[in-house]
Amino acid sequence: MYTFSNRLKIASIILMVVGALGIGFGFMSAPGTVEEAKALVASHDEGHGDEHASEATHAVAEDHGEEAHAEGHDVSHDEHLLHQLQNKPWAALYVAAFFFFMIALGVLAFYAIQRASQAGWAPILFRVMEGITSYLVPGGIIIFVILVMSVMHFNHLFVWMDADVVANDKLLKAKAGFLNPTFFLVRAAIFLGGWILYREYSRKLSLKQDESDDNSNFKLNFKISAAFLVFYLISESMMSWDWIMSVDPHWFSTLFGWYVFSSMIVSGITVIAMVTVYLKSNDYLPEVNDSHIHDLAKFMFGFSIFWAYLWFSQFMLIWYSNIPEEVTYYVTRIEDYNLPFFGMVAMNFVLPILLLMNSDYKRINWFVIMTGIIILAGHYLDIFNMIMPSTVGDQWSIGIPEIGAILFFAGLFIFWVFRALTKAPLQPKRNPFIEESRHFHY
Amino acid sequence: MASKVIHAYYNDDDVLMHAVKKVKDAKHHIEEVYCPFPVHGLDKALGLAPTRIAITSFIYGCIGLAISIVMMDYIMIQDWPMDIGGKPSFSYLENMPAFVPIMFELTVFFAAHLMVITFYLRSRLWPFKEAENPDVRTTDDHFVMELAIHDNEKELKNLLIDTGAVEINVSEK
Repeated sequence: MYTFSNRLKIASIILMVVGALGIGFGFMSAPGTVEEAKALVASHDEGHGDEHASEATHAVAEDHGEEAHAEGHDVSHDEHLLHQLQNKPWAALYVAAFFFFMIALGVLAFYAIQRASQAGWAPILFRVMEGITSYLVPGGIIIFVILVMSVMHFNHLFVWMDADVVANDKLLKAKAGFLNPTFFLVRAAIFLGGWILYREYSRKLSLKQDESDDNSNFKLNFKISAAFLVFYLISESMMSWDWIMSVDPHWFSTLFGWYVFSSMIVSGITVIAMVTVYLKSNDYLPEVNDSHIHDLAKFMFGFSIFWAYLWFSQFMLIWYSNIPEEVTYYVTRIEDYNLPFFGMVAMNFVLPILLLMNSDYKRINWFVIMTGIIILAGHYLDIFNMIMPSTVGDQWSIGIPEIGAILFFAGLFIFWVFRALTKAPLQPKRNPFIEESRHFHY
Repeated sequence: MASKVIHAYYNDDDVLMHAVKKVKDAKHHIEEVYCPFPVHGLDKALGLAPTRIAITSFIYGCIGLAISIVMMDYIMIQDWPMDIGGKPSFSYLENMPAFVPIMFELTVFFAAHLMVITFYLRSRLWPFKEAENPDVRTTDDHFVMELAIHDNEKELKNLLIDTGAVEINVSEK
């Protein structure tokens, strides 16, 4: 049995407190009026205050601008700026909340794949994976609350939730059958409910298998995992349209669901490797050997390439066809988000591929951890680049609200995951493949 | 060379692995093991040096990447700039995304093909080469361990029978 060490518990609580203060500061310092917003921006970048006139790349802003005509344009621009700055703490909260939720969801998918494929090497790590997926419950509830608050107009992350915007927008009117607040929340509830249901049921069967004297629990777990994967791939794809792609409701990409999935699973596997190495370094999981870490690192390597493949596939087709309504997505990112946009390609693709290419390095635990930190930071930036351009535009920064949100959710994640790990023995004892897993060697 | 060798036959890879470890422990030098399929961990049990083919593959991949860049720069930019879909090719960097798939393909092409060719050269394999395995059964369901005899035929035979060999032959090589 694992006991949650006091040092880690205190560290996670400190992270949560500091993070909550950061989030609070973000909300307190958001401007309430147009004048405040203008003053804030002017104090930030005197001299080139006019350069941020990027509303041409923002479809919705353009609509506002057309309504208001020439003399009203400045006013609408200032109002738009105010909305961007008011969105900022919300977007920071949402990006971090989604990022940590996505880790748990990625691990759930990986876990289901191991179950459905009856992989021989993995069972020794099932408890670690189950511990990480326990975060689906608090993480999912937080996301759902943020979405409900968006629907109730506490924030303007999703412009299509604004009835006035939809009324003046032909494209959004056409999409309203799918993209309306009620159906949006119903879908979110179905997705979250399905994922959490599978997680809890599979966990229950996994624990029951340890106590039973036949393999019926194991077989049932295999079946529900295969069925879950079908549900997951559909729901995950739709979730990515709903929760991420719809912040930019005019734009769409057909492989977006896969793209988000690749980010999700590589972050998830990275966290499995990190938690495993942490537990091992504290003398738990004595039978996990370098070959298990090697396998996880291989998955980190492989899925990093998979991510780059999808990132580039999406980018190149849109770049090449150069259709205005599609290419604005990348124009915004390259003009206003140049460093995070290309920085994440280096962090998510170039560095992992070079660092983890050598077979021997995949077995060095601290090396896997260091690469994992780069990968996680890179995938945070990936989510950041998905949400921020449409919600805060060129007013982005990575300051106290953003880092505060990361710290808060990191603390909550660590607290919840390691608390869940204490609840069952760290090694399953009656999984039919546990012998193979214990003797796994490369 | 008129040296005598002993061939021990096994019909299971697990038995073979144990036999290899036992023979190694008894400080005998194993000349070669012939297998119908790759046996996981056999190279380590035999104490073979780790393969360096991965390093050559990396180098070939880098060569392929460099060749693809130079080739496309010459074909698409320098020699005859193309205008495809309204994107004129006057600058390599501005057209780079379109060239990435080719860079990737040639990297893989060079790495894979040259690695295979290197493997053939290093293993001294070429078309119509006569097989080196001592018995056709090593291509079917038997494993053969080959040891050189240095006036210890009896001792080796006893040891090999102990390890679970199904047949033992002595032959001139």
